[in-house]
Amino acid sequence: MAFINLKEKEILCKIVYYGPARSGKTTNLEYIHNSLQDRIKSKMVTINTKGDRTLFFDFLPLDLGKVFGLSIRLQIYTVPGQVIYNATRKLVLKGVDGVLFVADSLRGRRLANKESLEDLAKNLDDYGLSLYKIPLVLQYNKRDLANEDLPLLTVESLEKDLNNKLQVPFFLASALYGDGVFEALRTIAKISIKHISGKIFQEGIIKEKIYANGK
Amino acid sequence: MILVIDEETVNRFKKYIEDILIKSGAIKVLLVDMAGNLVVNVGPEVGLDVHSLAALSAANFGATAEIAGIIGEQDFSLLFHKGKKNSIHLTKIQDLFVLITIFNNRTSLGLMRLKIAHTKEKLFNELNKDGIYQPERKGNSV
Repeated sequence: MAFINLKEKEILCKIVYYGPARSGKTTNLEYIHNSLQDRIKSKMVTINTKGDRTLFFDFLPLDLGKVFGLSIRLQIYTVPGQVIYNATRKLVLKGVDGVLFVADSLRGRRLANKESLEDLAKNLDDYGLSLYKIPLVLQYNKRDLANEDLPLLTVESLEKDLNNKLQVPFFLASALYGDGVFEALRTIAKISIKHISGKIFQEGIIKEKIYANGK
Repeated sequence: MILVIDEETVNRFKKYIEDILIKSGAIKVLLVDMAGNLVVNVGPEVGLDVHSLAALSAANFGATAEIAGIIGEQDFSLLFHKGKKNSIHLTKIQDLFVLITIFNNRTSLGLMRLKIAHTKEKLFNELNKDGIYQPERKGNSV
């Protein structure tokens, strides 16, 4: 749920990193956090199991400039990828404004990617949201493993499995080394803010309020 | 879903919280939405990471609602965590917000619960006015 606070002149926007277990969702957030340490006032919150797997979520707030005179504050979350944690995945999705789906490029994870995307569709549906309407970006992670001769899914195969019907922007990435991390984040932020702006300006009364308060 | 709150409403929220809770001994009071977004932050700057606190509190409420479901309840309307020096009280306002009140061991829980109930009633009434909009809902006001 995007939240627009006209006193603080800010838009709060919730972005969720979704995807199968061990696809690199937390690694994405860690890279963002480490790269922007000077700019991020809050620390990154993680709720992990003893084995360092995400138990509930990771959380990172990020300021992102202004639109219509309102500051944009992204609230970035990850979900636990393991199948058994569906209840917590669904909780984290509550109020989501945009999803960045992190797919695992390893060949052996093909089915896990497809199942996780189906799981996302179902969980969104439970909140009355559609996978085809919500701002969504795909990230094909772990492309660096090609250098280690590990068998990877081709981009064509990933596109066919995950993006054939969706036709949303996708990025090749290596979250460990930062390749494609900020490109994907920038794109999902841009699409989500555009989506929110479109909705709020459909209502004339809100437009007047925002102009009156936001300038 | 998008929620818009205007400046006058935020000011009224802050005034109720200051007049009722801060004056009664609360150290810090936050109003957050169910998605974990910070709406109102009242009280002296005491070095708290308020954005993390907002996200974790909303998640805490969501998680305990699941626990409630398991024991046959729809949800729990309030949560209380007692610490050695500081305690935290969380209560839901409609299905939109969580009011988070932090107070220390010099303030009694009974007094805080009474004041929180009073504040909750005031904020609840504000939610039925025109200062909060949900563009996708008919009639705009909550």
